[in-house]
Amino acid sequence: MIEGFLLGLYTALSVKNMLMVIGGCIIGTFIGMLPGLGPMSIIAIMIPVAISIGEPAAALILLAGVYYGAVFGGSTSSILINAPGVASTVATSFDGYPLTRQGKAGKALTIAAIASFAGGTVGALLLVFFAPALASVALLFHSSEYFALMVVGLSAIAAFAGSGQVTKALLMTVVGLALATVGEGAQFNMPRFTMGIMDLQSGIGFITLAMAMFAIPETLFLVLDPSRSGKAGSKQSDITNLRITKDEAKKIAPVIGRQSLQGFLIGVMPGAGATIASFLGYAVERNIAPQEERKEFGKGSVKGLAAPESANNAACTGSFVPLLTLGIPGSGTTAILLGALIALNVSPGPRLMQDQPEIFWSVIISMYIGNVVLLILNLPLIPYIAKVLTVPRTFLIPFILFFTLMGAYIGQNNATELLFLVGLGVAATILRFASFPLAPLLIGFILGPMLEDNFSRATQLYDGVSFIWERPMTAILLGIAVLLIVLPAMRSRKVSKEVASG
Amino acid sequence: MALDRWLALFIALIFLIYGYTAFFQMDGLLPPILQRNPVWPSTFPKILSVIGVFGALFVLMNIEKTDRQISDDIIVKNWRLYKIFDALTLIVGMVIYALTLRSLGFLAATFLFLSLGAALLGERRFLLLIVVSGMASYGIWYLVDSVLGIYMTPFPIFLNVS
Repeated sequence: MIEGFLLGLYTALSVKNMLMVIGGCIIGTFIGMLPGLGPMSIIAIMIPVAISIGEPAAALILLAGVYYGAVFGGSTSSILINAPGVASTVATSFDGYPLTRQGKAGKALTIAAIASFAGGTVGALLLVFFAPALASVALLFHSSEYFALMVVGLSAIAAFAGSGQVTKALLMTVVGLALATVGEGAQFNMPRFTMGIMDLQSGIGFITLAMAMFAIPETLFLVLDPSRSGKAGSKQSDITNLRITKDEAKKIAPVIGRQSLQGFLIGVMPGAGATIASFLGYAVERNIAPQEERKEFGKGSVKGLAAPESANNAACTGSFVPLLTLGIPGSGTTAILLGALIALNVSPGPRLMQDQPEIFWSVIISMYIGNVVLLILNLPLIPYIAKVLTVPRTFLIPFILFFTLMGAYIGQNNATELLFLVGLGVAATILRFASFPLAPLLIGFILGPMLEDNFSRATQLYDGVSFIWERPMTAILLGIAVLLIVLPAMRSRKVSKEVASG
Repeated sequence: MALDRWLALFIALIFLIYGYTAFFQMDGLLPPILQRNPVWPSTFPKILSVIGVFGALFVLMNIEKTDRQISDDIIVKNWRLYKIFDALTLIVGMVIYALTLRSLGFLAATFLFLSLGAALLGERRFLLLIVVSGMASYGIWYLVDSVLGIYMTPFPIFLNVS
């Protein structure tokens, strides 16, 4: 193992490969900032370039750099303009954007960069030591456990059920779940609720809905009330200030540790991925936070930002476990990487570590180097990236709307999608006028298809719902979901009773 | 009646239509082989429609006693203080952009959207506005079309250039 590790290190640290990883990080970061171009599409675009390099290790190192750059770039647009271009950065915007609105964009980007780095580092270390053992455990998870895991993920909505908002949050989740049933599902292969509109056959696009729920209402609010943009854009020194206080560092350190581990373990399971890891990370951290800190979640909590960022990066690394050890791509991104590996004459699977140790180890090491390079490159760049917010609102607002429209257009290459975007965006703005929380709607929409598919599969396998009590892991996970929802409600009721009694 | 309750009423109506479709319209189309499955395509929508209707009714009847004072957001009662005309014009602008993206071509449609949008919001440095909008339109088109290889019609349809 040590010999293979050193061989991988030697390959990854050559001048050519270092230039590859630096180039990849820069390309990934800047293209990843465009809403609509997530890591998956950027890697797909870069594959021909990588293959033309010819050397598998160098090509994979370039792709690893692009991957990490794109993940960070995606977080940047979530934090700065509330436009999450990929599902795994939706949870980042819950607290990242409120921090930006408080004029702390530089700090938010720094926390995101550090949390991502830590998540990636822990993930890479766990990948080195536990990859083969974890791969076999991941295969023990069946559709019933995945269904239960999605239910646990849905418990993240409790975070948005503030005082007197529980039914609204639940209603919005159900609306999101219902929107996810539009179109042709993978499980049934028949169109549902398309109203005869051909463009709805493939369902509502994730990017369209994410932009409509977050970016468009926020931008329209900036137009309606110009003083709102003043709050975010006036204090230039604050915006570009990267400093994290000692107190904040103390707060986020345990969060990063816990979520890196939890995120990695979720990432290992094929199909669960970074999105569920980020929601779950957010939900868990909110629920275990002290009463005072819990109130800050959704309003600019540093813990709320660090949790999903470290979890999604660790999960990204975790998703390499089934890919490298079993040849099973656990996520869309790893499926594309699998394609690239095969095109480069590398067959991932149980034999990879023995047959081509230099490839196995250089992939792992290059992923880690990508992480380090990204941190070194991006920390000095953050003040400049954050300066986007100092652009005058007369330019900033049309540009945000334009990027929002482009995100939806690039994803589907269809102008009708833009009309859906505007319609949904106006509906979301009206819902926000009435204080309906919109994040639960998006969480429901993202988890809905996975929830339904796994539930259908599980009921087919067990000919009913007996899997709930026949599979202990399912029962445990469902129990955790109930606790995550019930416990905070009970705690807050107890606190309000104490306050009332003086 | 407060806006949130009106919206809850509207959502309840939507869920009633959704539920009607799930309960009475979908199952007839199901092929016989799928009818043996314990879960049908209409199962999940049926459950959702029931929860949705009850959830909306809960909000409508204000059973939870919602706290409506959220300081950070726009307060609907003070609508006269806000720039509603600007917001509506930008929404119409987005619709026009969507409808003309193909016929007018990406470059012209984007240039007009960016420059007219900025002018509407009060930008009066017209030379700067034209330069920034022009550079951004061409730069993004070049990045997406030529670098990333995602085709976007650059010119108006009558020029017939691909």
